[in-house]
Amino acid sequence: MDLGGINPVLLLASLMVASTPILLAALGELVVEKAGVLNLGVEGMMIVGAICGFAVAVETGSPALGFIGGAVGGAGLAVVFAVLTQVLLANQVATGLALTLFGLGFSALIGQGYIGIRPPATARIEVPLLFEIPYVGPILFRHDLMVYVSLGLVAAIWLVLRYTRTGLVLRAVGESHDAAHALGYKVVRIRILAILFGGAMAGLGGAYLSLIRVPQWTEGMTAGAGWIALALVVFASWRPWRVLLGAYLFGGIAVLQLNLQAAGSKIPVEYLSMSPYLITILVLVLISSGRSRAALNAPASLGKPFHAST
Amino acid sequence: MTDRPTLLEIRGLTKAYPGVVANDDVSFSIREGEVHALLGENGAGKSTLVKMIYGLVRPDAGSMTLRGHDYAPPEPSSARAAGVAMVFQHFSLFEALDVAENVALGMENPPPQRQLARRIREVSQAYGLPLDPSRLVGELSAGERQRVEIIRCLLQDPKLLIMDEPTSVLTPQEVDILFRTLRQLSAEGTAILYISHKLEEIRALCDSATILRLGKVVGTCDPRAVSARELAEQMVGSSLMIPERAPANPGPVVLEIDTLNLRSANPFGTSLRDVSLQVRAGEILGIGGVAGNGQDELLAALSGEARALAQAVKLNGVGIGSLGPLDRRTLGLLTAPEERLGHAAAPDMTLTENAALTGALRQGMLKHGFLNWARARSFAEDIIARFDVRTPGPHVAARALSGGNLQKFVIGREVLQRPVALVVNQPTWGVDASAAASIRQALMDLAAGGAAVVVISQDLDELMEISDRFAALNEGRLSEPRPTAGLDVERIGLMLGGAHDMDVADPEEIAHVAE
Amino acid sequence: MIRLERRPTPSRFWTVATPLLAVGLTMIAGGLMFAALGKDPVLAIRTIFFDPLFNPQFAAYSRPQLLVKAGPLILIAVGLSLGFRAGVWNIGAEGQYIMGALFAGGVGLAFFPASGWYIFPLMVLAGALGGWLWAMIPAILRTRFNTNEILVSLLLVYVAQQLLSAMAVGRMRNPEGGGFPGSRNFAQYPAASNPELIAGTGMHWGVVTAFIAVIFAYVLLQRHLIGFQIRLTGQAPRAARFAGVAPARLVIFCLGMSGLTAGLAGMFELTGPAGRISIDFNSGYGFTAIIVAFLGRLHPFGIVLAGLLMALTYIGGELAQFMLGVPSAAIQAFQGMLLFFLLAVDLLSNFRIRLARAKTT
Repeated sequence: MDLGGINPVLLLASLMVASTPILLAALGELVVEKAGVLNLGVEGMMIVGAICGFAVAVETGSPALGFIGGAVGGAGLAVVFAVLTQVLLANQVATGLALTLFGLGFSALIGQGYIGIRPPATARIEVPLLFEIPYVGPILFRHDLMVYVSLGLVAAIWLVLRYTRTGLVLRAVGESHDAAHALGYKVVRIRILAILFGGAMAGLGGAYLSLIRVPQWTEGMTAGAGWIALALVVFASWRPWRVLLGAYLFGGIAVLQLNLQAAGSKIPVEYLSMSPYLITILVLVLISSGRSRAALNAPASLGKPFHAST
Repeated sequence: MTDRPTLLEIRGLTKAYPGVVANDDVSFSIREGEVHALLGENGAGKSTLVKMIYGLVRPDAGSMTLRGHDYAPPEPSSARAAGVAMVFQHFSLFEALDVAENVALGMENPPPQRQLARRIREVSQAYGLPLDPSRLVGELSAGERQRVEIIRCLLQDPKLLIMDEPTSVLTPQEVDILFRTLRQLSAEGTAILYISHKLEEIRALCDSATILRLGKVVGTCDPRAVSARELAEQMVGSSLMIPERAPANPGPVVLEIDTLNLRSANPFGTSLRDVSLQVRAGEILGIGGVAGNGQDELLAALSGEARALAQAVKLNGVGIGSLGPLDRRTLGLLTAPEERLGHAAAPDMTLTENAALTGALRQGMLKHGFLNWARARSFAEDIIARFDVRTPGPHVAARALSGGNLQKFVIGREVLQRPVALVVNQPTWGVDASAAASIRQALMDLAAGGAAVVVISQDLDELMEISDRFAALNEGRLSEPRPTAGLDVERIGLMLGGAHDMDVADPEEIAHVAE
Repeated sequence: MIRLERRPTPSRFWTVATPLLAVGLTMIAGGLMFAALGKDPVLAIRTIFFDPLFNPQFAAYSRPQLLVKAGPLILIAVGLSLGFRAGVWNIGAEGQYIMGALFAGGVGLAFFPASGWYIFPLMVLAGALGGWLWAMIPAILRTRFNTNEILVSLLLVYVAQQLLSAMAVGRMRNPEGGGFPGSRNFAQYPAASNPELIAGTGMHWGVVTAFIAVIFAYVLLQRHLIGFQIRLTGQAPRAARFAGVAPARLVIFCLGMSGLTAGLAGMFELTGPAGRISIDFNSGYGFTAIIVAFLGRLHPFGIVLAGLLMALTYIGGELAQFMLGVPSAAIQAFQGMLLFFLLAVDLLSNFRIRLARAKTT
């Protein structure tokens, strides 16, 4: 094995790229869960976002439109979830699973004609001056716009949740929908909006996967990224900055194992490939066993159905 | 008082739900600055009526005017904008948010957080309700939580303040403070619609009263001009049955708790600290306390849902603290928790299944792990017949029963299993007067038959009526039990407030405790 | 304005009727989807639901396939339904199915080429054990460390898949296979094979086991204390703890049973229809079984019907792919849609829908 062949600068730079899809999806799910809704369909929304984004980008030749298409695709699937769980009061766990099962089939269906095509390239932004800083420059300042957008979203979501009325109402709805309803807040409307936002974010994450990270379309290409994003929200105990940390940690593991594979490690490829999943499980165990603090931050109404009986 | 102008006029409000008319042609009016009582049993339609005034429920028919203008709030925010505020019976608060955030959520246009915190301090001082805006609501006592609600309303300068059963969570001393605040508000011109079924309170506080029964107005009066008994009879519609009490003749100690310490499973719950008690055969021990002082935790420690050291809980001298609910039931310690739906009974299961929920072992329904449903069914039928549960039959789902009927079923299920010791939490909460009386009678009969009975309740009248000895829970500590005979309201208030050693209680400390 | 009104008691009529309604709605929506793909919707639906059973040209091949496909679906779904009823969400049956096959395959290959009556039963035990052990990981993590079993069981599917590939190209590769990935074919190893029991029916030991599991689950849920505890825990967890249910033991029981049945399904599939360990051995039964469990309303007999119906969509889907060029992904989307509609109309059994005009006050 030739560990010398792994370039740490490239490794760290690609870490940011590898982390962005799960970061986007996890941020969306964080908002959804803060509103008291558990949407297990992240994987499904991501893969629909991946193919919608890919198809739009290929047809229009514009990656920007592709990302919008991805967000719309993810949000479109989220509409189904919102209607089923918020209007028709279906079980959230089952509906989330249905979303994933349907999304995998549906994306494969749309994706028939797009296998083996390369999408239009997304431009990298070289931040003037800063990208010339040795080591730090190439790692931090030579990425596509979405990497920076995702970082901006972390800050924005943190600010909104913590300091604005919108954020306060959202947290209140997630904390106790009965109390929020008694005060006259539109619980269902707020939750539907949160679900749509979560869907759009998952779709963006999926589009990033098919347009930049890979970049091409293959069936089932999310390969559990949506589930890792879900785990990340628990890992982060519903805090945006911790989501960022977690996403970069998992991105790092994914990149490292790929580099080890490329460097011809003695460990069989399959065992390296399973490492991100195993490490996700391990981290989940560590987080959930020290429970009391995380439990305090978990939205108290998470996953519970709301029906105004009056 | 009668010369004041009318603030809110209600004409012919009607609201029907499937199978029940909650309000039927309700009319009355409230004057500016008046404290107006809305009196009625549980299920009389008080809650529905105030929800219509607050814009949470839209009436099927009828109209309202506020200061002469048409008033039909489509949602609570319009009610608040019109100057109507409400303090809820079940608090509309968010435990994981702080006081200021909770207050902000109840306001239309809250000022920035720092300014709001200052306003909260000012208003809370002005009305004698001290409150720290930065504390998490989950860490507050029931009385303090109510202050949050009241201050949230007061910050919006309401013309009408609706209070739904505000004293059910307060100690007598806290009630005094609340009444002082309400009188101050009334003097400043704020009208108060005060909902209660406690007659003495209404006679002490209110200028006029409207009495509801089965959704209809059955009378309007000046509560100071009529006796409590007259009010009660109007409210209930018949004379009350007072349970009979056989003189207690306690036997040996049956149930014992010895310095029990237990952490609450709920992050915002109250942990039990050094709790000790002894209950003898044939005796009823009443445990009072304001909600959230460890009642649920004490019940869980006795039912076996929460485990402790084996010797911390003893039944007939045998340590059972580490046993689970099934083993404790086998030995004869039965319990009935407060929450009927979802805790004492499974809402979507039939009464037969709910009878098996705790009765499977003692009623011989189990053989090699297989359930005998015919036996479960006949046990359910037995409960229904002997406790006068009004239901079409044992095949009905528990959630289809009214609160009082389900409570009779739950208590009956435990009583009929001939317990050695029975522990009940809030046995008559939300139950109409006649069902409450029959539940109390059943508990007293059980004790008379030689069982040790513990009744945990927030209804002091109930505890005074049925218990031989009385103890109070305060922040997870249990006071020394005292014989009920000879206790007065002052002493009970001190016990509830946590001043366990009566001898050192001086007026200054009373004031301190009451805060 | 539409209003929902909770029924005091769930409607028995709609409990039975909703799955049928969902199937009907899915056919309509699926027809629209096929039309959008440029296929004749009526012909497509007919090809999927009717031809496999009644078209003389295909029925001889298709009818036995019905049991072959329904067997594992029913077996896995019955196991899953126990947990789903108790609020224990094992969604990693696909992984447990793989592990059952790997364990059984390992035992079988270890005995190769010996013969003996005991080899097949040993493989059955190994298969059950493999699925059970794989399900014990989320079970123990949930009970000991409070870790969400949904995420763990699902993530373990990806791990199992990697293990499967590692085995197919590594330890279990057929030494006489010319270097191609994949194990020996168990159909050609009589002591370890699971043949069709009655010619032309598709009946094999896995199908027999599935029906035994259905009866077992029915008796458990209706008559046994554990079944009562499972139902109680799912409907009212607090009441269950009050009744004396030990939640941790129930989680272990439910996850264990569903892992065991999934492992068995994998074992019978390996030794029967699939024949050998290969990279693409698993075909999504573990996920489709989730749909089957819900479509059967988590009731053992309902699951039998749902499993047969879902098997029909598989066979009919293949037929539609072959005859009409309908892509296989369309069938997957079709199955997902079925679950959507089922969840949507589920409302009818617990709520009444009232059409009410907004009243003026």
